[in-house]
Amino acid sequence: MSAKARSATMPVVITANRLRDGRVVWLGAGTAWVEALAQARAVTGDDAAAALVLGQQAEKAMQVVGVYAAEVTLSAAGPQPVSQKERIRAAGPSTEAAAQLAA
Amino acid sequence: MPEAPYIPQPEHARTYRYDAVDREFLAQRIAEFRDQVARRLAGELTEDEFKPLRLMNGLYLQLHAYMLRVAVPYGVLNSAQLRQLGMIARRWDRGWGHFTTRQNIQFNWTQLTDVPAMLDALAAVDMHAIQTSGNCIRNTTTDEFAGAAADEIADPRVYAEILRQWSTLHPEFTWLPRKFKIAIRGAEADRIASRTHDVAVQVKRDAAGAVGFTIQVGGGMGRTPILAVPLFEFVPEAEFLRTMEAILRVYNALGQRENIYRARIKILVRDLGRDGFLDLVQQELARMPLAPYRLAPEVVQAIRAHFAPPPFAPAGDAAAALARATLAEPEFAAWVALNTRPHRQAGYASAVISLKPVGGIPGDATAAQMEAVADLAERFAFGELRVSHTQNLVLPHVRQDELYALWQGLLAAGLATANFGQGSDIIACPGLDYCALANARSIPISQQISRVVDALDRTHVLGELQIKISGCINACGHHHVAHIGILGVDKHGAEAYQITLGGAPGNDAAIGELIGPSFSYEAVAGAVEKILLTHIGLRAPGERFVDTYRRVGQAPFKEALYARA
Repeated sequence: MSAKARSATMPVVITANRLRDGRVVWLGAGTAWVEALAQARAVTGDDAAAALVLGQQAEKAMQVVGVYAAEVTLSAAGPQPVSQKERIRAAGPSTEAAAQLAA
Repeated sequence: MPEAPYIPQPEHARTYRYDAVDREFLAQRIAEFRDQVARRLAGELTEDEFKPLRLMNGLYLQLHAYMLRVAVPYGVLNSAQLRQLGMIARRWDRGWGHFTTRQNIQFNWTQLTDVPAMLDALAAVDMHAIQTSGNCIRNTTTDEFAGAAADEIADPRVYAEILRQWSTLHPEFTWLPRKFKIAIRGAEADRIASRTHDVAVQVKRDAAGAVGFTIQVGGGMGRTPILAVPLFEFVPEAEFLRTMEAILRVYNALGQRENIYRARIKILVRDLGRDGFLDLVQQELARMPLAPYRLAPEVVQAIRAHFAPPPFAPAGDAAAALARATLAEPEFAAWVALNTRPHRQAGYASAVISLKPVGGIPGDATAAQMEAVADLAERFAFGELRVSHTQNLVLPHVRQDELYALWQGLLAAGLATANFGQGSDIIACPGLDYCALANARSIPISQQISRVVDALDRTHVLGELQIKISGCINACGHHHVAHIGILGVDKHGAEAYQITLGGAPGNDAAIGELIGPSFSYEAVAGAVEKILLTHIGLRAPGERFVDTYRRVGQAPFKEALYARA
């Protein structure tokens, strides 16, 4: 598990890769893992710490790998990644041909 | 799932064929990993326990999925193997694969649950993913024109295969201080970026025709780029493995395991000095009797038999037929001029299949393209193929009078880009689009720059130009030894790109020099355009970019990039 230093007031989402297929997932409502960032649960402060614990439990339960908290901003469309890496994790590779082939 | 049945390989292709012992070993190894995957999924292994096991089998966890890196030993493939890689891409990935600078192939969308079946499918064509990761001796790379080049002195595939057998599961060298990369060539021309390797070997012959090896040591890229230095001028064939073993033993004993950034052999050689390192190797050699390590001529001969020349046909008027075809079709003539190389056999040429379409992803090939190339290899090249460290494919033996038909086949498959060794033939690592280590994207930068270069090339004919892009300081994209090198970095949370100029990978090897402050993602392609326009304004007739740079120095390029308008 890795946890990144962050501001206590900055909203975060809990993210990981799914164990079976490696796909990017986020912690959604309850203990469900979702494949779309828009459905992820954004949390702050003590709620963030509690959500991270839920993620760690899911890691121990062999659902996911490499749980960490990623900073987001909030918008009407849902959480928005702050870092370029998280934008790419959420949207997939930015390369044009890859996008065409995946379509 | 039962293991996949063995797939017959093309009769004339000169690739190393496994025997029953090899196949039994692979079957056991896959069964072992299948069990490890099952135990991981069942919760009997933690990720910390499983990670070293999956890495030993070439399986990484990247940004979006697992990535399986498959070994292509010294870049040599046959058509049955390439067709099988295409099948794997279609069945278990997203329909394509990515050829790498280690002459391997990566599947970027692998599911953990599919990996044992993928390994079965690889084993069916004598392939695997062992030692494509971890702190072991990785895939030895060699000249993509091995066994074909007109200037070849000795066939490096024979000794690359000997190194493969020696280094595979070597009990002493499975847990080295850091990964270890060897390159070997059999020509004076360095087409393998020799001096960027931990050990670089050149196969030579003495005045009597006996084979021996020049060995350089201590090269590497990453955050501390160093070019390998000469260690031995001529090691006799019989002493080759003993010498390699001694070098590895000294490194294994003294490499700095406690610091990942100082753990490569380049740091040890630099700190000890070449003479200090040589002294330790010679001390080790003095403790090693030759007999157990002697590379016997009959062993070499048995392996050489795997790489005997295919049944070439007499040259006839092949050269004249090629000349007529080039006169009739200028586009074909341009492809021949850039993408073919002289062959040692009269009437033949080696043909480079560029995986660098302008605006495309360097090194990517779709399943359909792999299958098309496999078909073309069977029609025109005895079923033989090579993967180059520049992320292209090569058909090593094509009759000159069949090049036109080959080119038409490549056109149909979207693989006839005429740019081998040119500015749009860019090496790029997967970068932040896929790689968990990257700081910045490489592929989209490559796509942008290839368009810029192609546009300039059409009006100014830039000639040989090596542009290489890495998405982090690990330098998988070889940017240190590029004429124009681009390194992606994280600058206050944003992607930024440093540019180095004047590097080179071959006989004129050099580490590029940083030109100045970095550029944003949006600005870097424009910066490369300014550099090339400056070159165009300063070059002597026919002068390559790197030669102009070495002649005039940094100043005019700095001026073009950073002077206030």
